[in-house]
Amino acid sequence: MRDKPYEIRTWKDLPYATLTEVPSTFNNTGTWRTVRPIIDYDKCISCMTCWKFCPDVAISIVPNKKEGARFDEIPEIDYFFCKGCGICAHECPVNAIDIVEEESK
Amino acid sequence: MRLTLTGNQANAWGVKLSRVQVVAAYPITPQTTIVEELAEFAANGQLDTQYIKVESEHSAMAACIAAENTGVRTYTASSSHGIALMHEMLHWAVGARLPIVMGAVNRAIGPPWNIWADHTDTISQRDTGWMQFYVESNQEVLDTIIQAYKVAESRDVLLPAMAIEDAFILSHTVERVEIPDQELVDEFLPPYNPPDYLNVDDPKGFGSLVMPDWYMEFRYIIARAQEAARKRIREVTKEYAEIFGRDYHGLVEEYRTEDADVVMVGAGTMVSTARDVIDKLRSEGHKIGLLKIRVFRPFPYEEFQDIAKRVDVIGVMDRSFTFGYGGAMFSEVKGAIYNTDARPKIKNYLIGIGGRDVTPKMLEDTFRNALRVKDHGLDREMMWVDLKGGE
Repeated sequence: MRDKPYEIRTWKDLPYATLTEVPSTFNNTGTWRTVRPIIDYDKCISCMTCWKFCPDVAISIVPNKKEGARFDEIPEIDYFFCKGCGICAHECPVNAIDIVEEESK
Repeated sequence: MRLTLTGNQANAWGVKLSRVQVVAAYPITPQTTIVEELAEFAANGQLDTQYIKVESEHSAMAACIAAENTGVRTYTASSSHGIALMHEMLHWAVGARLPIVMGAVNRAIGPPWNIWADHTDTISQRDTGWMQFYVESNQEVLDTIIQAYKVAESRDVLLPAMAIEDAFILSHTVERVEIPDQELVDEFLPPYNPPDYLNVDDPKGFGSLVMPDWYMEFRYIIARAQEAARKRIREVTKEYAEIFGRDYHGLVEEYRTEDADVVMVGAGTMVSTARDVIDKLRSEGHKIGLLKIRVFRPFPYEEFQDIAKRVDVIGVMDRSFTFGYGGAMFSEVKGAIYNTDARPKIKNYLIGIGGRDVTPKMLEDTFRNALRVKDHGLDREMMWVDLKGGE
């Protein structure tokens, strides 16, 4: 497997069909985002509703590294993939996810 | 081994000899007996294949596409409305570069409802990128299936192909068919070995989105593959002739074109009848010959540019009509010649549409009409042959 995308200058560099040696996990869809969901872990009850609903599997369940925390596992958003659709914030039963504007660069 | 087979049985035998691993098909007259025969081969163990029953022709092609993507040889067969329903997936097979082979049994498109021989169903798929082989005998059906896999699976081609036979005239009519030895076929056609396939141990992305900045380049690559197919068909036909003793002469076959002033062009079963009619007119001293279009895609433009230099009149017989102008084969022949210095008169004959019998008498009248063009010039570009009431 390649660790970087093809370098393509002409049609001669293309594969014979739309085949990619890198899986779609390489596509940085996070650049599509105009708004960013941010989890407030003080409010979060680790119900994982956001994880279930995320249409892009951009939310993972990870161990909680915080000392003396209420929950062993917490949801974490991967901003490399998150497109900022806001479904997680909409579905969160305790309104623990805020949607903030991405800063323009 | 020699068997007495219908065109559809010969088709199924070609599939069996090609050791096809997945068959997905939906029945439609006149194709049904192909897939019935294959179901029997699969059920009694004569063919080691996965036989997928589907709910439509669209699904049949989709199943072939998915199966072929796992790296196995696949086959489907259809006719008429079934091929029309497959249309979207036919494009997909080409873009994904999957060398699927389809047995297409030419049948008219309704309405009016009609199940007889007519090339509209396959001619309408001209622009999908499938290779198209039009055959004229049951033996050629069998041989073409095997050759089609060989051409299609070539690394520089990787395009799907249709082996096309006329409804009933071939599909349900028996002829003596020579069955080649399985060992020889295995040697000629080794197992399908795709450059890429769905493999969990070597994951790849298939069928991804391509933006406007690169889509055109992918289409250009397909255009080049069709050009490669042109060369490959000539090579494979020759190799097949050397091993099995039957030569189909590549993309076109010429018959008595030496010193001909007039050459008639056709595809499918009408060509067999036409040979006899050519013989008759030759015996009367007319310098007339025949050119059979065996492969319509890739189109044999070089062959037509060559024949155009040698003759005064080309009569193109189309067993379909493209509404709004003329027969597709006529348009292609004319287009192929235009940028050369050759200027034969080219006339279109619409004939045998909707299964109308193409009789020796009908062809004789048509050929005599083309001979008149030589002496008196082109009266009009198109003529509907045997049209009741005239045009």
